[in-house]
Amino acid sequence: MQYFVQQLINGLTLGSIYGLIAIGYTMVYGIIGMINFAHGDIFMIGAFAALIVFLILGALFYSVPVVIALLVMMIVAMLLTSMYNWTIEKVAYRPLRGSFRLAPLITAIGMSIALSNFVQVTQGPRNKPVPPMVSKVYNIEGISVSLKQIIIVLVTIVLLALFWYLVNKTSLGRAQRACEQDRKMAALLGIDVDRTISITFIMGAALAAVAGTLFLMYYGVVVFSDGFTPGVKAFTAAVLGGIGSLPGAVLGGLMIGFIESMWSAYFSIDYKDVAAFSILAIVLIFLPSGILGRPEVEKV
Amino acid sequence: MAVTASPERDIVATPMQRATREALYAGAIALGLFVLFIGLRTDQNISNELILVQRWLLLAVVVVLTMAGRFLYVAYGQPFLANQQIVDVATGLLPESVATRFFRLPYFIAAIATVAVLVFLAGSLDGLLGPGLAGYARFLRALAIIYALASVLFYFRTFIHAHFSALGITALALYPVIVVLVLALYGGSVAAGFQGSLKWVDNFGIQILIYVMLAWGLNIVVGLAGLLDLGYVAFYAVGAYAYALLGTQYGLSFWILLPAAGAMAAFWGVLLGFPVLRLRGDYLAIVTLAFGEIIRLVLINWREVTNGSAGISGIPKVTFFGLMTFNVSDPNYIAKVFDIATSSAYYKIFLYYLILGLCLLTAFVTIRLRRMPVGRAWEALREDEIACRSLGINTTTTKLTAFATGAMFGGFAGSFFAARQGFVSPESFIFLESAIILAIVVLGGMGSLVGIAVAAMVMIGGTEVLRELDFLKQVFGPDFTPELYRMLLFGMAMVIVMLWKPRGFVGSREPTAFLKESRAVSGSFTKEGHG
Repeated sequence: MQYFVQQLINGLTLGSIYGLIAIGYTMVYGIIGMINFAHGDIFMIGAFAALIVFLILGALFYSVPVVIALLVMMIVAMLLTSMYNWTIEKVAYRPLRGSFRLAPLITAIGMSIALSNFVQVTQGPRNKPVPPMVSKVYNIEGISVSLKQIIIVLVTIVLLALFWYLVNKTSLGRAQRACEQDRKMAALLGIDVDRTISITFIMGAALAAVAGTLFLMYYGVVVFSDGFTPGVKAFTAAVLGGIGSLPGAVLGGLMIGFIESMWSAYFSIDYKDVAAFSILAIVLIFLPSGILGRPEVEKV
Repeated sequence: MAVTASPERDIVATPMQRATREALYAGAIALGLFVLFIGLRTDQNISNELILVQRWLLLAVVVVLTMAGRFLYVAYGQPFLANQQIVDVATGLLPESVATRFFRLPYFIAAIATVAVLVFLAGSLDGLLGPGLAGYARFLRALAIIYALASVLFYFRTFIHAHFSALGITALALYPVIVVLVLALYGGSVAAGFQGSLKWVDNFGIQILIYVMLAWGLNIVVGLAGLLDLGYVAFYAVGAYAYALLGTQYGLSFWILLPAAGAMAAFWGVLLGFPVLRLRGDYLAIVTLAFGEIIRLVLINWREVTNGSAGISGIPKVTFFGLMTFNVSDPNYIAKVFDIATSSAYYKIFLYYLILGLCLLTAFVTIRLRRMPVGRAWEALREDEIACRSLGINTTTTKLTAFATGAMFGGFAGSFFAARQGFVSPESFIFLESAIILAIVVLGGMGSLVGIAVAAMVMIGGTEVLRELDFLKQVFGPDFTPELYRMLLFGMAMVIVMLWKPRGFVGSREPTAFLKESRAVSGSFTKEGHG
């Protein structure tokens, strides 16, 4: 039982990170109906930005309180990745809006290749290990919970609450939901569609940057190719939960996190990704539009 | 970096003012994007701690270059392009007017003269100019040759356009012969010709043709049937491992295993096809991606059979239909049979013709299938699934046959790949490969065989050319490796080509079946949003 709860906590931590990335995928998909393949690399850029800020802080000050360091890392990473995603949207996706469906997908894949190789060229191909920032571990009745995990879950909850408020209670969120339902009608009603889409990309990037910072803090190492696997898994999570649905993305992220930690705990660690992908295929056979996704209504 | 400004200011601003403003915006954005990533570099010191290296000069250079590029584009590029459109419409020459100005007889003669002088001086270039300038001279020579060839092609453009497939196939069939002849003349002996041809036949010929074949195979699934497949490389892997395992374990010949590998890949195609039949669009895409990853992960982790990430080596070579072999030690080694000097080039040239044959088979089957009911059903499925179903077409079998046929050609290409490399490992079957193949299909204009071949040549040939740019080391110092920038440039090229030609190189989608008369439908008129 203790072992199970322990895995549950590990899964929750992992799932929080996936959930944060998955929201970016699902929001972009909801609003313009494209798979933003570069989102995983945006997450990696966020982790790298956090790493560089961490090193700058270390070089400038003798010692910085961990909380402040993490906050600064997160904020700078959010700003920087937002800028990247905003620029990418303007340069690579906007000119192709209204073109056929595969065109922006190909530019997204191209951007993903370009971004990861850009980081490889400018920052070098090797692993970048950082000294542990938070190392405290609590032991509650045989279950060890590290402070890192608590921070990850807390930050995720706070951000999701903020995000829920933004989407459901503000005029910006209303504009986003309107664009999601019918872009042309929203434009006719005076909503600046281009601006709303830009803000959607910025919001997705900011969440991915937080996920990147947490990833760096949790694993203590980052490399230029780190965008791919978490990116694909987060996208899997978004599809599993029903792409386009925000609660679905979080639910899917948690599910993928649980599946992964349970599978590596009880079966074999080698096949944890195989398990996650197989469960995706099985779920989609029975629920073709994900767990919380709206079934597509075909109109003739 | 398209920075849009409010229209009121645009009316007041002169083009120069506008360009300056846009350049400043672009510079600010570039500064923001690159300040942490180019200005600072994380590096490890001796005690393995991360330290930051400052590179502010490089950052300044990049930002200034971005600003200059943006300034030139807004101030001169945009007006030039706009003006060009007016000129084109006025003269009625449409896209040719730029080209006719670019390819002129005096330029052509100058290019030929440059090539002649540089070839004549080839041996003494290093002595005359020093190693640095000689590198530039060789690069100039390559450019001049390309220009001269392009001018010849341009001059005969109508003829080429009329007989494209026949000319293309002839050129491909003669390619190794020409390479060997030219290099033999250049090097002064036949042996030198064969030895020098290795790079040209292997890196450029075989490499490009493998991708042509893969892209044509994927074209059946994506271009004809309209099913987005992001895990095509899985079938390539199945074919490669089928040949590698059966060839090394049981010593079976390539000619038996080629159809077997195709059949096995087709079987996996059906296996993947079954669960995803109900899925549409992007759900289908993610499941195929997951399938590709599952195959790769199983190859890595099933160590007893696949030898894990270490891969399988010592895969037997293809024989010349069992009559001759390409192993030096065998009694019927090709050079012994014909009593000629031994060279590894024979095998490469043979492989070149083998993959060319496989490519032509793929093209032939695709063209014939498109005229058969099943091919027409694929195209109907791509255009409208509901209409397809209401016309009584069985969408299940249609989708499954598309997956199986596409997968079969992937399997063929895979077993060829294993035979060519002599070594397979899961490294070769990553998602990036699927992405590259899909990009070639889309950039080529989905469904068009010629467009896809051109796209493969541009994208794969272009990245191979980057391996040859060693002279850049003289410019940027000995630490500079052009290979590092290969994939960065590849990704950027994907974006730029897609923005430039969103419908691909050959963007018209011609229906195969006509009611009364043949009328090509331009890609821009077909329905949007249905891939």
